[in-house]
Amino acid sequence: MLRVKKPTTHKGKKFILDREPKLIENKKESLFLHGRKGSEIINNCLKDLYHFKKPDAIKLGEKNDFLPFESSSEIERLCKKHDTSLVFFGSHNKKRPNNLILCRMYDHSILDMVELGIKNYRGISEFKTEKITTGLKPCLIFSGPLFEQDSDLKRIQNMLVDFFQREDATNIRLQGLEHVIMFTATQDELLMRSYRILLKKSGCKIPRIELEELGPSIDFVIRRKKLASEELFKLACKVPKELKAKKVKNVTKDVFGSKLGRVHVGKQNIHRLQTRKMKGLRKSASERRKLRANKEKRKRDGK
Amino acid sequence: MAETDQKDINVIRFTDNACKSIQVDKLLDLYLDLGTLLAIDTNDLNNKELQSRKDQYLKSLARDNTQILLNSIWELPTEKVENNIVAKLPKSKFILPREKPAPKPKPLTKWQTFAKEKGIKTTKKSRVTWDEVLNKWVPRYGYKKTKAEKEKDWIIEVPGNVDPYTDMFEKKSTIKQEKVAKNEFQRLRNIAKAKKTKVPSMGLPPTPKMTARQLNTAAQVANISTASLGKFQPKLKKEKTLSKSSVLNLKKRKLPAPTKDEEYNRNLKLADSLINKKPKLNLEKAVNREIFDQETSISERKKGGGNKQRKRRNNQNSKAGREFKKTTGKKRR
Repeated sequence: MLRVKKPTTHKGKKFILDREPKLIENKKESLFLHGRKGSEIINNCLKDLYHFKKPDAIKLGEKNDFLPFESSSEIERLCKKHDTSLVFFGSHNKKRPNNLILCRMYDHSILDMVELGIKNYRGISEFKTEKITTGLKPCLIFSGPLFEQDSDLKRIQNMLVDFFQREDATNIRLQGLEHVIMFTATQDELLMRSYRILLKKSGCKIPRIELEELGPSIDFVIRRKKLASEELFKLACKVPKELKAKKVKNVTKDVFGSKLGRVHVGKQNIHRLQTRKMKGLRKSASERRKLRANKEKRKRDGK
Repeated sequence: MAETDQKDINVIRFTDNACKSIQVDKLLDLYLDLGTLLAIDTNDLNNKELQSRKDQYLKSLARDNTQILLNSIWELPTEKVENNIVAKLPKSKFILPREKPAPKPKPLTKWQTFAKEKGIKTTKKSRVTWDEVLNKWVPRYGYKKTKAEKEKDWIIEVPGNVDPYTDMFEKKSTIKQEKVAKNEFQRLRNIAKAKKTKVPSMGLPPTPKMTARQLNTAAQVANISTASLGKFQPKLKKEKTLSKSSVLNLKKRKLPAPTKDEEYNRNLKLADSLINKKPKLNLEKAVNREIFDQETSISERKKGGGNKQRKRRNNQNSKAGREFKKTTGKKRR
């Protein structure tokens, strides 16, 4: 913590340390922003998406008179202030009605930004079903060959995973798998659907899945995009050395699953091997003195 | 839904397997990342159905893909935690960018570099020490340390070599303050070194960002620093007027204009002094020289010296005479 001014309280210190770069990072927080003008659709859409992201999201109420694609400084400032790295920016104007901008940050500057226009929208409130519990890790499904073929769409897919995957989990309760979000890429649209998972009996251990639409169901059109260059993206994805798993050397497993280790034995010193003792081979007093002196000298040099 | 049910019926017809309802056939295998609960289906979409029955088609597609994803999740090793079956998820393979770059190693302080060079290793000290006077454990630093110190040092002996009226408590506190200040200085120096900013070895660095007041005084000083003391300098729009007490505001003192008589007399005096200019006489120097000359002439006579000496003396005399001339030139003329 290279700060000229020291934090005065312990709480303040903890706050500052929490925002510093870490090996294992905090979960990415998201920021929900409104543009200069909004429409009912875009406002509801932001509300629904906020519901999906809730405990780790901040929704700001006031309107923001800036356009992320024109000036990045303002959005970067807000992200730095709230320490968030994912932004949902909703705006509405004549040229681009019902505009949702998704933007993610790296090192407090914009990495990827994509503009999605809402073509069709049905919110959560339009589906008469139970809402899902907040803070649930959803299953993500991407369908459509375009996600593989189009390099830009592939990056957008990466973004969407980043935006909706929530934090990493080591364990998951099987009955708690409730929510699926599916993105489908067609020629000109990106379709977002969200379903509740119903586990039905199938007659064997694995249950049969039935789905119930939960909303929101949104048809997006991809408008403008500003994606990071390949080098910058690679840099952002770089795993720190300390987190990389160390390669285990000389240990293998054979076909039967037993562990095999290879041990390397260093070169043997044959000169010090004790052979048969004979009077003729004994060292004279002067020789022994010389040896001892050499040994001491070596010891001194070694130190 | 209806569509999927039909499909399942078809499956039933051809297979007698008990687990028929959970099987899904796909042309291309899905990419599954169980760590992030992610499935990527790269099979071609049915464009005809997508246009005619969009929502139903998407729902059936989602069902199939979810079934495939959950089938593999159910095969993961499970354990029981508080009556819940929990699956252990593997590490996620899907690469996502970081939020911030990895932390860099902290730059070493001056002491740390020195210790490293010398191989000094610090041993960890216990946080509390046993105090013989108080008969209890006392922390070395931090919380409750000063309280214990006060308890212990309620009286301080004045040593013999010190003025008996010195306040030892004050002395102790100043020593402590100095130590704190020194530590703070060293901390700042280490930060400056790590950030590679140049800091003067003595004194204070120039303030990088001056306050409005400081800037204003600087501008005013610059304004006044002309030959005409800023009389002809243009005024700025937002310039603040100087306060009356300001040193910069002092005007050059002006004497009242002389009357006619006064001026006449003053000029007359000046003319007089020019006309009656008298040579100045440095009396002391003249007397000294006279004495010297006399003395030398006497000694010469006594010796009855040769030519050489006389010559030299004459020279000297002439030199002295010249100097004398300089001062008394006017008189001789």
